[in-house]
This record gives sequence, structure tokens and C-alpha cells, in this order.
Amino acid sequence: MKRLTNSVCFFALLILAWAILTGDFAFLGMPESLWSPYVLPPPSTVAQYLWDNTANGKIPLSMLITLRRLLIGYLIGLILGVPLGMLAARFRCVNDTLGMLALGLQALPSVCWVPLACIWFGQTEAALLFVVIMGTLWSVLLSTQNGMKNVPPIYARAARTMGSGPLHTLIFVTLPASAPFVVSGMKQGWAFAWRSLMAAEIYVSVVSGFGIGQYLHYGRELQRMYQVIGVMFIIIAVGLLADKILFSPAEAWLHRRWGTGKE
Amino acid sequence: MQEKLHEEINAFPTAKLSIEHVCKDFTTSSGPVRALDDVSLNINEGEFVCFVGPSGCGKSTLLNIIAGLEKPDSGMALIDGTPITGPGRDRMVMFQEHALFPWLDVIGNVMFGLKQKPNLTDKERLEVAKYYLFLVKMDRFAHSNIHELSGGMRQRVALARSLAPNPKILLMDEPFSALDAMTRERLYGDIQDVWEKRRKTIIFVTHNVREAVCLGNRVVLFSPHPGRIREQFPVSLPRPRNINNHDLADLSQEITSALKGYTAAESD
Ligand SMILES: Nc1ncnc2c1ncn2[C@@H]1O[C@H](COP(=O)(O)OP(=O)(O)O)[C@@H](O)[C@H]1O
Ligand SMILES: [Mg+2]
Repeated sequence: MKRLTNSVCFFALLILAWAILTGDFAFLGMPESLWSPYVLPPPSTVAQYLWDNTANGKIPLSMLITLRRLLIGYLIGLILGVPLGMLAARFRCVNDTLGMLALGLQALPSVCWVPLACIWFGQTEAALLFVVIMGTLWSVLLSTQNGMKNVPPIYARAARTMGSGPLHTLIFVTLPASAPFVVSGMKQGWAFAWRSLMAAEIYVSVVSGFGIGQYLHYGRELQRMYQVIGVMFIIIAVGLLADKILFSPAEAWLHRRWGTGKE
Repeated sequence: MQEKLHEEINAFPTAKLSIEHVCKDFTTSSGPVRALDDVSLNINEGEFVCFVGPSGCGKSTLLNIIAGLEKPDSGMALIDGTPITGPGRDRMVMFQEHALFPWLDVIGNVMFGLKQKPNLTDKERLEVAKYYLFLVKMDRFAHSNIHELSGGMRQRVALARSLAPNPKILLMDEPFSALDAMTRERLYGDIQDVWEKRRKTIIFVTHNVREAVCLGNRVVLFSPHPGRIREQFPVSLPRPRNINNHDLADLSQEITSALKGYTAAESD
């Protein structure tokens, strides 16, 4: 509780400082803004922007579009990444080929795929999905592979003596045994997917739907810094919420079961 | 359903085991090792046999061959006259490290092997699992996580897990060697109790002669380099045996000197 209070106070102070420096309290006789609103708008305009555009439905709609892209791309990345990671852990030839490829491509920030994606798919949903998948796939693949390789062999031996065949062992022993690695890979994959989608949306205009990143892009074009900052807040909020809703419970469960982790 | 459960729990399958001229070589970084050299042995139905010997004399290798986890280079291992070709539900193994699955709770672990046993409903499996947890005095911890248990409790759960599918043969590879003396003593009592109640063929590997004498109906003495069976000692002391008993200590003494003889002869 004390720690929560600390955090809340810290952020309140941060916003207060921002408000004072950008002249939100000028009507109280405090100084005017130090900067032009094109450089740093006051929090009140940002809040106004967020409020108006939430009320008129623009932000919720663009969120829907963005989250749909994110989820679809992320799920495809998972569905490809986990089995491929399992194959790479199991077969040396897959490791030496696909595993190496993953290692190389993981080092490439997925926004680097945007130019190629635009040429291959045009300015379409497919181009955005492709970039998200490139962001998710490799890190999920590598962490699944790493997780499977770290499973103590005694688990598989024990399962064999209890009558598990190779497939049963893979699904009911090796996979759950590597769950801590797989989940942290999924989490990292989610973070990469979110970053790549934002980069792609800022970079590419797609007629099929205005995503949240595109609002940020047009905010810049139109010199509306309050819009840029407002959208940045939304991007942060989505990232945090996903972490709290999707991954924290899974991690907490794993820590309880395995007896690992902090506190 | 009650009747079927009764049948499941009160079936006492046992098996006869014969090992015939088994040899097994390994190549290690320091060259070839003969882990088992022409080993032959017969084990009767419902017998409790202990393998004793210093480490590296092939006890685990022989146990793994019986479990079907390893194949002999030559010779054969037979159960009731049928050659062993791989692992099977008629033989369950309890390892030195508990090898329980940390992603399942206690009852989930006991259910793991049972789930692969056909002809039972899930409800019956649950009842069977509970019965075996009760047998090893762990029924109060059915929903505990593995990491919350002490070493001794973990080995009890591992015992329940290997008993639950009702195997004919129970193979135990130094199951108590990582436990403290007090816990071990309690488990000696429990395992004898289980053997009397379940009447299984048990093969128990240890490097502790006292432990072997305390548990087995027969002690089989191994010596290393190459791994061979040197001598066998029947143990007819009354049960339940206490590890601190005098007669037991005397017999252990005798076996230990025999063991020293074999290892000394080798180092000459
Ligand atoms: N998988 C293996 N690879 C190489 N050498 C092995 C392997 N398993 C056992 N050995 C060797 O075989 C010998 C017997 O080992 P083991 O059966 O484990 O002995 P024990 O259980 O009596 O201590 C040892 O010298 C050991 O180094
Ligand atoms: Mg051993």
C-alpha cells in the first residue's frame, strides 16, 4: 500500500510540474508556458484532446483496429513460433537452419521490414500483419527452443517409464516443463509485436483502417503536439494493461507452482 | 464403480524376472567402460531384492535395462519369460532425485501415470490416486505444490506415483540417498509396510549395506570395473526390521567385509 502511494505521488508530482511549466496555472498568477504549445503542450490540452476524441468515438474505433491487428499478428506469431521452437529444440538440423535464421532475424528491429512489406503487400493490412509477425515470431521461437533445451532429461525418462510415448511426452511433459521460458518468450514477443505495430502504423498509411499509430503520425504532420502526446499516453496504457491483464497472472501462477520468483 | 475400484486396488500383480548373461559397455570421455559384465540373476515373484555396491559398478545400468530405458549389448532381460523391449506400465521406476513434475500438484503427479492406464474412468483414477496418497501418508497434501514439500515428503509422493498404476515390479534407484537419517528411517518402515500390503516385486538399489539388509529379502553384491555380481546374501530377519537392530548390524558387517575384500582385490 505504501509503495502504491509512493508511485501515485510520484506521477502526480510529475504531471503537476508539467502543468506548471507549460502555463496551465497561469490564471492563478503563475508564470506563462516556457515553451510554445507546438513544442510542449500543457496537460490540459492533451486531456481535452483525449476526452473529446474518446467521446466522439474516434479513439475507441482506432483502438479496435489497432488491437485487432496486434492480436491477429501476435497469435499467428505464437502459432508458428512455439511449434517451430519445439522442432528446433528437438532436431539438430532444424536448429542449424531455422534456429540460426531466427537468431539472425531477432537482431533485426522489425520496423526494418516495413519497406519490403510495403513492396510485397502494398499498403494493406497484410503488410502491417507481416511486420507484427516478424516482431513476434523469432523471439517466441528462440525462447521456446531455449526452454525445451533446459528441461531436465529426468522428466522425460520418468514419463517414459509411466507409459508416455514421444508425442505424449512432448505435449504433457517437455512443453509444460518449459512453460516459464515459453511464457517469458510470449511476453517479450508481445512487447516486440506492440512496438513493431506502432512503428509500422506510423510509417505506413493503410486505407482499410486508421490505427492509433496513424493518429500519432497525423498529429505530427498537422503540428498537433497535444495529439501526439495523447496518443503516446494511449500506447503506454495499452502496453501496461496487457502486461497486467495477460502476463502477470500467468507469471504469478508459475511462480506459485514452481516456487520461484520474488517476494 | 465401487466394485471396479476394489478390484483395481486389490489386484496384486507380481512378476518373475530373469537376467541372462547381460553385458553393457559405454564409451566415456576417458575410454570404454564395461558397466555390466556377464550378469545373470533370477528374481522371484514378490521378492524384495537389494543391489549393493560402490558407485560405478553398474547397479543403475542394470536397473535401467530392467526398466527398458537402456538395452543390453548382449544377453537378455525377461519378465515372466518375455524379453523386455522398452518401458512398460508393469515396471515403475523411482529415481534418486524425485523427478516429480513441478507444474502439477501432488495429486496431479500421482494421476500422471494413472491417466495412461486404460479401462478406468477419471473418477476412479482420482479415487485410486487418493488411496495411494493415503498409503504413503500424504493424503493431506493432495493439492500442495511440489516445491512446498520436504525431501522426504517428495519421495513419498514419488513412491505413490510409481505405485498408483499398480505395476508388477517396482524399481528404486537410491531413492533415499539424498535424505537425512531420521527421514530415511521413517521411510524404511513405510516401504516395508507398502511391500507387505502391496506384495510387489521390488528391486532396490543402494550403496548403503545397512539399508539393503534392513529392506531386502536378498542382498546382491556388485563390484566395479567391470560391473559384476560377486555374491548374494539371503536375509531372513523378522519384519518389520529396525535399522539399529543387532542381528541386522552383524549381517551388514559381514557383507561389508565381503565388499571390502572385492574392492581391495581389485585395487591390487
Ligand atoms: N549413459 C552413460 N554414458 C557413459 N557411461 C555411463 C553411462 N551410464 C553409466 N555409465 C558408466 O557405467 C558405469 C556404471 O554406471 P552405473 O550403472 O551408473 O553405476 P552405479 O549405479 O552402480 O553407480 C560407470 O562407470 C559409469 O561411468
Ligand atoms: Mg547409480
